[in-house]
Amino acid sequence: MPTWIDACAADDIDEEDVIRFDFDDRTFAIYRSPDDEYFCTDGLCTHEKVHLADGLVMDHTIECPKHNGQFDYRNGEAMRAPVCVNLATYPVKLESGRVFIEI
Amino acid sequence: MKKRDYSLLGPDAKRAVETGLAAAQWYHTDITRKQMKALMKRDDQPAIRDTFILFGSMMFFCAIGVLLWPTWWSVPFWLAYGVLYGSAMDSRWHECGHGTPFRTAKYNDWVYQVASFCMIRNPVTWRWSHARHHTDTIIVGRDPEIVAMRPPALFRIFLNFFGILDTFHGLKTMLLNAVGKLDREEITYIPESEHHKVIRVARIWFCIYAAVVVLAIITQSILPLMIIGLPRIYGAWHHVLTGLLQHAGLADDVIDHRMNSRTVYMNPISRFIYWNMNYHVEHHMFPMVPYHRLPELHALIKHDLPPANRSMWEAYKEVLPVLRRQLAYHDEFILRELPKTAQPYRDDFHETVLGAGGVNQPTQLPAE
Repeated sequence: MPTWIDACAADDIDEEDVIRFDFDDRTFAIYRSPDDEYFCTDGLCTHEKVHLADGLVMDHTIECPKHNGQFDYRNGEAMRAPVCVNLATYPVKLESGRVFIEI
Repeated sequence: MKKRDYSLLGPDAKRAVETGLAAAQWYHTDITRKQMKALMKRDDQPAIRDTFILFGSMMFFCAIGVLLWPTWWSVPFWLAYGVLYGSAMDSRWHECGHGTPFRTAKYNDWVYQVASFCMIRNPVTWRWSHARHHTDTIIVGRDPEIVAMRPPALFRIFLNFFGILDTFHGLKTMLLNAVGKLDREEITYIPESEHHKVIRVARIWFCIYAAVVVLAIITQSILPLMIIGLPRIYGAWHHVLTGLLQHAGLADDVIDHRMNSRTVYMNPISRFIYWNMNYHVEHHMFPMVPYHRLPELHALIKHDLPPANRSMWEAYKEVLPVLRRQLAYHDEFILRELPKTAQPYRDDFHETVLGAGGVNQPTQLPAE
C-alpha cells in the first residue's frame, strides 16, 4: 500500500539540484528542477549503485558522479551510457512548504 | 612474490570480486556540495575555443605538409599534425567520453566520435572499458586499461610510443567487430544491448580505411595515409609520454586514488594536448569535474593529496627505477608520502597490498 512520506522542506533543495533522502532501508534522490518543480527517483544509479545525490543536475537530467551516465529525472529514462536501465520514479507533492513522496 | 594475472577472465578477476575490491567504495577528499557543484558546472566556451584551436591547427599543419610533400621540409608539419592527431585526440576521446568538456551533449558526442576514429578505439567498446577503469582503477583482473603491469612490459610500452601495438590491436579489433564478432574480454564489460552498435561503427570505419588505402594505391602515394591512419603511429608519442605517468609504479589493488594515481605539473603545450589530465588524482576522485576546472580542484584539495611531481622529468625519475625493480620484484611500488594536513591512508582498506603493518611497514627494497 503506497504511503506519502514527509521527505524534506521545499527549501532544503536548491533550484536545479538534488538531495538524498533515506527511509527505512531505502535511499531516494529528490530533485528541484529549474522550473521549481519537484521529482523523486531511486537514489542509486542503475549502473553501479552510486548515490545520484552526489551528481550534477542540468536542466532535467541527473548525471551520475562516478561514470557520468545520465537520466531524465522526470521519468527515470536512461539517456546516456553507461546507464542502460531506467530509474524508478515516485510521485511527489508539496504541502505547506514540505515535500512528500509516495512510496 | 605475488604473480599477477591481468586477464579479465582469470583467477585475479575472480579474487577481486570475492575480496570486495571490485566495485568498492573509494576514498574521497571532503569537499562541500556547494564547492563541488560550482566545479562540476558545465560550460561550452572553453572547449569550443580549444576545439577550434585544435582542428584549426590540424588543418593548417596538414595543408602545409601536403603542399611541401614529398620534400623533407614537410616533416616538421607532419610531426605537428601527427601529435595533434595521435595524442591530442587521445585526451579528447577521454574527456568527451566522460561527457564533461561541453555543456551541450551533442558537442561531446561529435568530438568523441572523431577522436575515437583517430585513435582507432571503438567508441562503444571504449566507453564501457573506461567506465570499468573508473570503477576498478588498477585492480588486477578488473581494470582493462592498465598500461604498466607487473612485471612491466617495457618493450611493449616502448613500441607504443610509436603507436605500433595499439594501432595493430585497434585494427585487428575493428576487423573482428566488422565481421560481427566481439572479443571475449570485451563481452565481460559491454552489455549485450550495445553489441550491435560496436559492430555498426566497426563496419563504417572499415569502409573509411578501405577507401583511404584504395586512394593510396590509385595515386601510388602514401600521402592519403599520412593524413588518415599513419598519424596514429607517428604522433602517438606524446599521449604515451604523459599517459604512462598516470598510474605507473604506484600501488595496485587499493581503493584510494592517492595511492594509485599521480598528478604532475606540466608545461602549457602538453597540458593543451593532454587537456589537463596531468591532474590525474583529481580526475579519478571527481570525474564529473571538466578538464578546465581541474586546476581549481587541485588547489582546493591538494592539502589532502601527495605532493604533485613538479615536472614530467621529475616524475620519470621517480617512475623508471621502480619499473626496473618491478622486473624482478613484482610487489615493489611507490607509496607516496602525504602532507601533514591530509587524511592518512586507511590501512584497513589496503591490507592486501600493504600487509598487516599497513603504511608503517618497511618496504623490502631489492639490492640495486
